[in-house]
Amino acid sequence: MKEYDIVVVGGGPAGLAAATTAARSKASILLVDDGLQLGGQLIKQTHKFFGSTEQFAGIRGIDIARNFIAEINQFPNIEVLIQSTVIGYYEDGILTILEGYNGNKLTLVKPHRIIIATGASENMLPFVNNDLPGVYGAGAVQTLMNVYGVLPGKAVLMVGAGNIGLIVSYQLVQAGIEVKAIVEALPHIGGYWVHASKVRRLGIPIYTRSTLKEVKGKEQVESVTIAHIDNQFNFLPKTEMEFTVDTVCLAVGLSPLSELLWQAGCQMAYIPELCGYVALRDENMKTSQNHIYIAGDVAGIEEASSAMIEGQIAGLNAAASLGFSLPQYQELNLTYHRQLAQLRHNKVSEAIIRGIQKATLSKGGSHVCCL
Amino acid sequence: MSVAYNGVPSKEELERVTPPPEILAQKAVVMLECFQNIPCDPCAHSCPTGAILPFADINDLPKVDYSKCSGCGLCIASCPGLAIFVLDMNYSPQEALIKLPYEMLPLPHKGEMVSGLDREGRPVAQVKVVKVQKTKNKTYIVSIIVPKELALVIRNIKVEVKTDG
Repeated sequence: MKEYDIVVVGGGPAGLAAATTAARSKASILLVDDGLQLGGQLIKQTHKFFGSTEQFAGIRGIDIARNFIAEINQFPNIEVLIQSTVIGYYEDGILTILEGYNGNKLTLVKPHRIIIATGASENMLPFVNNDLPGVYGAGAVQTLMNVYGVLPGKAVLMVGAGNIGLIVSYQLVQAGIEVKAIVEALPHIGGYWVHASKVRRLGIPIYTRSTLKEVKGKEQVESVTIAHIDNQFNFLPKTEMEFTVDTVCLAVGLSPLSELLWQAGCQMAYIPELCGYVALRDENMKTSQNHIYIAGDVAGIEEASSAMIEGQIAGLNAAASLGFSLPQYQELNLTYHRQLAQLRHNKVSEAIIRGIQKATLSKGGSHVCCL
Repeated sequence: MSVAYNGVPSKEELERVTPPPEILAQKAVVMLECFQNIPCDPCAHSCPTGAILPFADINDLPKVDYSKCSGCGLCIASCPGLAIFVLDMNYSPQEALIKLPYEMLPLPHKGEMVSGLDREGRPVAQVKVVKVQKTKNKTYIVSIIVPKELALVIRNIKVEVKTDG
């Protein structure tokens, strides 16, 4: 059985940042991802990123992924397994991996440290006919369009005016698809206002305090009815609007993919601000299990810029805990923490900060305290 | 109407980001339609003249020293929110020039007449494209000529899709 200093589970923004940061310390690293290529959601992100110019702002997600992959190829101490799923954690510290397109090869590895960066899964919405062909998650629509070049339909109703719903609506129009409307249950735009302004300038209406009432269709989606709702989420009579669409796209939030952390016996807590069950962690992203670190959406739903910095923190500290400390460890760790604090220094991030406070283990087990 | 509720800035919100009339009367300058404190600072870093002032905090709203703005428009493509425009009110006695970011296909070509759209995507005038600039990060900058009274209204264009045959 092969041993590695660090196994990184998940090759999205957090995992890529964790692997490249840890690799600078000469630790041996295995990076495992279930996708056809590395990059996670980054490879679908055709928009320019927000954040700090010092980090990744102004660069399109797909280019960030490309830069990371090029960097990973430069490191002889990183091994990459794609099309491979980590399916189990055993109490003797062994990870089991199903390899290959058909998942017919089982590999066992023994890591000294594990960084879990498995990301999130999309939430579903209960409504009549939500199993009709033509009902998609926004992530699936992005995969079809931006990775495989396949149009999901011709006319779309988007559910959710968070960043994903707004960005995917814009991308649908770029792909030549008509977006009839965006509906949002909240009374206001959930995503960045600039994204909302962008789709409004394309002529797409946004109906707040509204949601899906009914989806109609025999073999596939043929039309949708939306209606306004009150503060208790009850439909208001006579506010229905019908749209002829063949696609309903759901962008109604994400949930952390935390199965491996449960298996590993990490202390878990349900934290609404972080959108589900997450592992408790110290300020350097170490869980209650000394050899397991977390980064990115699995640690709480946020966005890719902060996921990458969390990955850098987890990678740096996981390596340092094995004695692979870089000479500039203190300085780097402080810089990453400062950058992360800056990203969250706004009203939009208040809930995230509250959630992270609830999820933070009391200090003591980590290498340095930064904030 | 307010940008937080439907993505369309209110009159008051727009007044806060509109360059002062005496500046607009004088020269081409930038208009940053940025209303929310989010972590984002590429505009300040992209500005070659220092007109977009350096941010103390990356969550700050951009501040402009219009006396330094040359109207070059380099910031337009740098903005991840596509919220930056350049206005030249002195293109001709009746017309203004607007530079706007554009990421749709087909691209317009120089000389083409396209629909000028307002902030809700409604067509308000046929406008002439005078320049289409390619940039490093694939956001195109399109310059259009609009009636002066629509310089603060038109913020997008729609290009007719021509089908073959």
